[in-house]
Amino acid sequence: MIGRGRFDIPFARDGSVRFLPWIVALMVYLAGLALAGMLLLDAALGDWNRGLNGVMTVELPPAANAKDGAEEIKLVVAVLQATPGVAHAAQLPREAVAKLVEPWLGGDEAVGQLALPRLIDVRIDVAHRPDFEDLRAKLANAAPGAMLDDARQRFDRLFDLGRSVEVTAAVILLLIGIAAVLTTVFTTRAGLAVHQNVIEILHILGAHDSYIARQFARQALGLGWRGGLMGWALAVITLLLLGQAAEHASVFGPSLRLVPSIVLQLWQWALLVLLPIAAATISYFTALATVQRALARMP
Amino acid sequence: MVAAMIRFENVGMRYGTGPEVLRDIDMRLDAGSFHFLTGPSGAGKSSLLKLIYMSERPSRGLVALFERDVSSMPRGELPPLRRRIGVIFQDFRLINHLSTFDNVALPLRVAGQSEDKIKANVTELLTWVGLADKIQARPPTLSGGQQQRVAIARAVIGKPSVILADEPTGNVDDEMAVRLLRLLEEMNRLGTTVIVATHNHYLAQRMGQPRLHLDGGKLSLFKPEAPDES
Repeated sequence: MIGRGRFDIPFARDGSVRFLPWIVALMVYLAGLALAGMLLLDAALGDWNRGLNGVMTVELPPAANAKDGAEEIKLVVAVLQATPGVAHAAQLPREAVAKLVEPWLGGDEAVGQLALPRLIDVRIDVAHRPDFEDLRAKLANAAPGAMLDDARQRFDRLFDLGRSVEVTAAVILLLIGIAAVLTTVFTTRAGLAVHQNVIEILHILGAHDSYIARQFARQALGLGWRGGLMGWALAVITLLLLGQAAEHASVFGPSLRLVPSIVLQLWQWALLVLLPIAAATISYFTALATVQRALARMP
Repeated sequence: MVAAMIRFENVGMRYGTGPEVLRDIDMRLDAGSFHFLTGPSGAGKSSLLKLIYMSERPSRGLVALFERDVSSMPRGELPPLRRRIGVIFQDFRLINHLSTFDNVALPLRVAGQSEDKIKANVTELLTWVGLADKIQARPPTLSGGQQQRVAIARAVIGKPSVILADEPTGNVDDEMAVRLLRLLEEMNRLGTTVIVATHNHYLAQRMGQPRLHLDGGKLSLFKPEAPDES
């Protein structure tokens, strides 16, 4: 008789809102995937940044004989250690180099017979980075053919690309938000036209515009929340399935994945939970403002 | 001097850019008065009532209700005045998806009254109009007479100062029409200002009340004839 969920306006008979939860569900689903992608990419870029910051490699071609090769390595390491800004320099053992090429060449004994390049792992003080041009010249003098590989420079373009993708995902989120607002505006306007007679009766009985607007807003809140939950649940299922797929897509074991790991942290899941709440909130306030603006234009 | 409940001064009204449906209306209805509003179909009776219950605004002139000019009053100030007016429509205009109880409770709900108070008042009134057993029924399941009683209950639940009835006898049989008019007279005796719009001026003459007659958008006042003493 006097339920809290009672509406004076017969929304249940309004066909124009029947599809709204599904539209909101689709938008929240897409927003969920975009947000998860953005969060995962941000975390991955952060990890790469931390890992690459302060790491360099000096690569020397295979030595003609072991004695000359050892001398060359000593000389290069000495040059590196004498360079301001270099914190540590040490040759990578041959086994470690063989492990690095294992994914491409395999782990056969025959690989052990190959002439592999020699690698020197260099750690630098990121606060006082060395003069790379000067260092390259010194290395060329000490060992012709020595190549300084600053991973940081090599990956800068990749970082830029990653940031661009992040910005794109943020723009997609914004567009989905705008689409949600516009969908609610059009649905609410259709509802105003459909329920014009009841609205007129409510006005005659002395209802304020805000009384009528709150009914539309409550209706939109319920539909937005229902659609938001559906979209959120679908997004969670999709992300969990993608996470499983990424695990199985690892050809060379867990250390070498063709597809990056799709595992969200707890705080990242918490951010995703905000999506249906945001959808419901956007629906409520958009409907409230739309009705109040429309009614304010009446005589 | 009795306060003017409703006052029109040189009022004209048109819909959009169409011709004036009401022209140069001047009238003053005192508190506690009873008037019939007669005129042929299309004479502007409903438009005049709309001006009184503030569903429309005049194109020109002044409309004052309860001694306040409502012609150009901001929208936000109209609802408290509308709550002082009860309207009974010819087609009842009940909300079909709401129960009898909720339809009658609407004026109290929009006024923000507590549910406890609403429940007590609405139940009492529905019992008084003989619809206690129809409290949960939806309007489409009620007869015409029952729907009219719900519409009357909705109009009077807020204890309005003015009752407007637009062709209230149009959709009911003669017996029901007379009972309704007697009820409106009773409410008038209790101090409520009543206006009954009807195209049946014989009915208005028979009731012996003053008659406002609209024709071609112009208003005339006819006072009841004095009883023949010969």
